Amino acid sequence: MEIAIVGGGPAGLSAGIVAARLGAQVTVIDDNSRLGGQLIKQTHKFFGSRTHYCGTRGVDIAAILEQELRKTGAEIVLNTTVIGHFQPNILGLASSQQFTKLTYDRLIIATGAYENNVLFENNDLPGVYGAGAVQTLMNVYGIRPGRRVLMVGSGNIGLIVSYQLLQADVEVAAVVEALPYIGGYHVHAAKLRRCGVPILTSHTIKAALGKEYVTGAVICRVNRKFRPIKGSEKRLKVDTICLAVGLSPLIELLSQIDCYLVYIPELGGLVAWHDENLQTSVPGVYVAGDVSGIEEASTAILEGRIAGAHAFLSLKGRDANPEAEAIIHDARQELAVIRQGPFGEKAARGKKQLQQYSPARPVIPQ
Amino acid sequence: MSRKTSEPKETRITNHPILTFNRGKKVTFYFEGKPMQGYLGETIAAALVANGIKVFRYTEKHKRARGFFCAVGKCSSCLMVVDGVPNTMVCMEPLREGIRVERQHGRGKL
Repeated sequence: MEIAIVGGGPAGLSAGIVAARLGAQVTVIDDNSRLGGQLIKQTHKFFGSRTHYCGTRGVDIAAILEQELRKTGAEIVLNTTVIGHFQPNILGLASSQQFTKLTYDRLIIATGAYENNVLFENNDLPGVYGAGAVQTLMNVYGIRPGRRVLMVGSGNIGLIVSYQLLQADVEVAAVVEALPYIGGYHVHAAKLRRCGVPILTSHTIKAALGKEYVTGAVICRVNRKFRPIKGSEKRLKVDTICLAVGLSPLIELLSQIDCYLVYIPELGGLVAWHDENLQTSVPGVYVAGDVSGIEEASTAILEGRIAGAHAFLSLKGRDANPEAEAIIHDARQELAVIRQGPFGEKAARGKKQLQQYSPARPVIPQ
Repeated sequence: MSRKTSEPKETRITNHPILTFNRGKKVTFYFEGKPMQGYLGETIAAALVANGIKVFRYTEKHKRARGFFCAVGKCSSCLMVVDGVPNTMVCMEPLREGIRVERQHGRGKL
């Protein structure tokens, strides 16, 4: 295969669409039974980016991208996990009870991210969910995770999922946020407040209650150093605790390929070093989307376009299709605009920091 | 949207302001020998939660209960024995007619 893409979320789909349209042979591999990645559970309308599906719900964007990819005739491999990488240029693919190999010329890794957990007593009890899992249950399968939920984290995911819980007729007891201010967009927070959901800043979860599964939660106030304030504990009767405390890039495959990894907190932790074409320290291996640094769907789409176009360009040369360079140029400009905004600024800082490292002089991250 | 109700609610959402759920064919599967219903197109984990099942397995050393956590095949919290095969990630595994799903104790035996 000329270009193999691991992950069929917004980044992987966009990379596939661009590379296939330019004229490359493309395979997109995903471990789910349907394409779209985390977009399929996002029922809210997107905003922030003028040019990218502004006003469209995530789930509809997934459908649009899937349709565009299918039109190109790219090969799509579902229900299949890439479980390893072998030298040279071989991926190991596992589907139910079957193992196959795939040789590639260029590889785009768009594996996305994984839900963070936080430390508190009993945080392993059934009934403690990642916010993404709650979204999957409710918005993909139409199943309520519980009757009454404590949301931990007031970033955009915490706020949006809280509102989606209300839409699914699930009670939200409270949103707790360790920071002294609300993390996400105020328009989302305001919706929750209008529905009577308390958003408790400078608060954290101290413990989950229950033996076999969650029957309650203990929350408390925290001081400026995020230490619990004694005597401020409060018990809440909930059957579900939803964690929306950030994401970490899924770098396992990149680590196995021996891409140079750098620890950048602004990007969510360890990420593969990459240049402005999204190429990692290993020539021919690209990243795109959350795995290259936690951001959002619109930046993932743009990064996917750059990675897809550059993978094509490096494989076939600029004469094969002059459009490739234009795609990269436009996407870079749009990325710069998005990252100027208040919520893109953190990622912009992270990406800038990344450039201070060099794969020629790698620093082992602590 | 009524938010403060005390009467029990269905786990399955039927009325949603934005979404409609096109569920597949209704099928029967067995959890610990007990027949349960779910729909084709959903994962085993989703069907279990819809049937009120919260505990999916118990850990090897401390026998701690584990349930549904990440839903994306990454955390291994949902490993169960499906048709005799241990360590099946039920959050990724599609539901099928007649399958036998059991809680896994410890690492599971082949």
